[in-house]
Amino acid sequence: MITLLSTWTFGVALGFVALGVFVSYKLFSFPDITTDGSFTLGAVVATVLLVAGVDPALATLGGMLAGAVAGSCTGMLHAILGIEPLLSGILMTTALASINLVVLGRSNVPLSGVKTLLDRAETTLLPAARLLAFEGAAAGEAARLGFMLLAAAGAVLVLYLFFRTRLGTAMRAGGDTPTMARALGRNTGALTVSGLAIANSLTALSGAIVAQYQGFADVQMGIGMVVWGMASVYLGAALVGQVRLGGALLATFAGSVIFRQLVAAALRAGLDPDWLKFATAVVVLTALVAPRLLVRRHQASVAR
Amino acid sequence: MLGAHTPTQQMLELHNATVTFSAPGGPLVRAVDGVSLTIPGGQFVVVIGTNGSGKSTLLGSIAGTVRLDGGSIHLAGHDITRWREDQRARLVGRVFQDPRAGTAASLTVLENIAVAACRGRRAGLSWATSRSLRAEAASRLGGIVPGLETRLDQPIGSLSGGQRQIVTLVMATWRRPDLLLLDEHTAALDPAAADRVVQATARLVREQNLTALMVTHSLAQAASLGDRLLLVHRGRIALDVHGAAKRRLSPDDLAFRFDRLRSADQLDEAAARSLSELYV
Repeated sequence: MITLLSTWTFGVALGFVALGVFVSYKLFSFPDITTDGSFTLGAVVATVLLVAGVDPALATLGGMLAGAVAGSCTGMLHAILGIEPLLSGILMTTALASINLVVLGRSNVPLSGVKTLLDRAETTLLPAARLLAFEGAAAGEAARLGFMLLAAAGAVLVLYLFFRTRLGTAMRAGGDTPTMARALGRNTGALTVSGLAIANSLTALSGAIVAQYQGFADVQMGIGMVVWGMASVYLGAALVGQVRLGGALLATFAGSVIFRQLVAAALRAGLDPDWLKFATAVVVLTALVAPRLLVRRHQASVAR
Repeated sequence: MLGAHTPTQQMLELHNATVTFSAPGGPLVRAVDGVSLTIPGGQFVVVIGTNGSGKSTLLGSIAGTVRLDGGSIHLAGHDITRWREDQRARLVGRVFQDPRAGTAASLTVLENIAVAACRGRRAGLSWATSRSLRAEAASRLGGIVPGLETRLDQPIGSLSGGQRQIVTLVMATWRRPDLLLLDEHTAALDPAAADRVVQATARLVREQNLTALMVTHSLAQAASLGDRLLLVHRGRIALDVHGAAKRRLSPDDLAFRFDRLRSADQLDEAAARSLSELYV
């Protein structure tokens, strides 16, 4: 029971990465490798702040802000210096590898004995979990999952509302067709910088939450996160097809949760954990190629 | 100050505008060669020219996509020579050749219009679309293409090229621009759609009394539309007619002038070649 709940919790926690990748990759067509670095940055900053005795909510917010700064730096490399998106992200995530190590002090710092945001959430939501007939350790895990789901719902709602404001709509237009946005008076460079700041703050939020959930921060923990995010975005899109903004945001989140379940199932079925990232890459590849193959088959059958 | 401008003044003034391109390893090319031009408010100017004549570069230098190497541009009383493209959009509405360039495919028709409704203003955190915007969009679009008002909530990418160009026109003129730039905006369309877009253009320009600059490949459009015609050749204005002379122009006249320019070019090149053979 606890294992099942925890794969859910983990899937929801990583759903924030998926939302971040949705913003950078789907809305801005920006394949943002910074994701790997900013996930760790969020974890590292939150952990250092927690260990220093800062309030868990503020520490989490601190991690998120650090991610926003990293994202804006990548955006500026692209928008001001004209460096192409992939290279901008690679440069930033390379620099972040050092920054993360320096901020954390060593490669791994545990959060033992420190009260985290999730501990606080557990205390608050435990009565509710017991009401739902969860008992013992499972009640605690259920309370944490409940908190994550509330946070996730909040994030999806805030993003949905934001992208329907004038500024958010202009950002979507700038990501979709920069010529159009500039012709209508929008500074597309500034829009890209803000978009990447939003995307990486979500990724860093995920890192901060995951560190508090698993009880430690590690400088390696962000490796492969951008691929995780893309896998979730594509899985979500494959589930629901062509939908509007709100549907796409929800589907992205669902994609992350489902992907985590798939991973857990594969591990239970005996997949060697060493092959996990390989399997992730295969899933993304399949998600990328399958729709195109399906369309081609459909066209072939129509032509016949 | 925006809006302090009076319509009797010159709306657009180019003074000795020059744009130079250098092909890698090739010679310097003056795409716009010291062009001086004044356009009074409310004038509809049609620009024609051969491929590579510099007409699109001229339009780009006004829109801000191409930087001037020399000279200046004043628009509605502002010296915009050093303004960025997005800053010039406060004063300029634009329609591109490619319908995909002027609209964001993944946004709905209404959301595209919402972005246009903020042209030249701070975007801010108020809702992009509102009931009043929807009503106005329905009446403005439906007034030009009956039926389009029922498609406000569809992604604009699902519209045909001609419909998309008409929405782009409505977007470019949603807030009355000081200058409307049309860059061969019917060239990518089939003849029937091109015809509808031309009619919509003429109507919007007339209704809003706009100052407009339209580049076209169509000699028929050049003869029938606008108050003034510019023929651009080798980065310079080779012909500038307006008033009664413009109204008398027929597509055949224009074709004849085009041919004369082309043959003059060939003579120049032949002369240049014989000179170079003599001296090398």
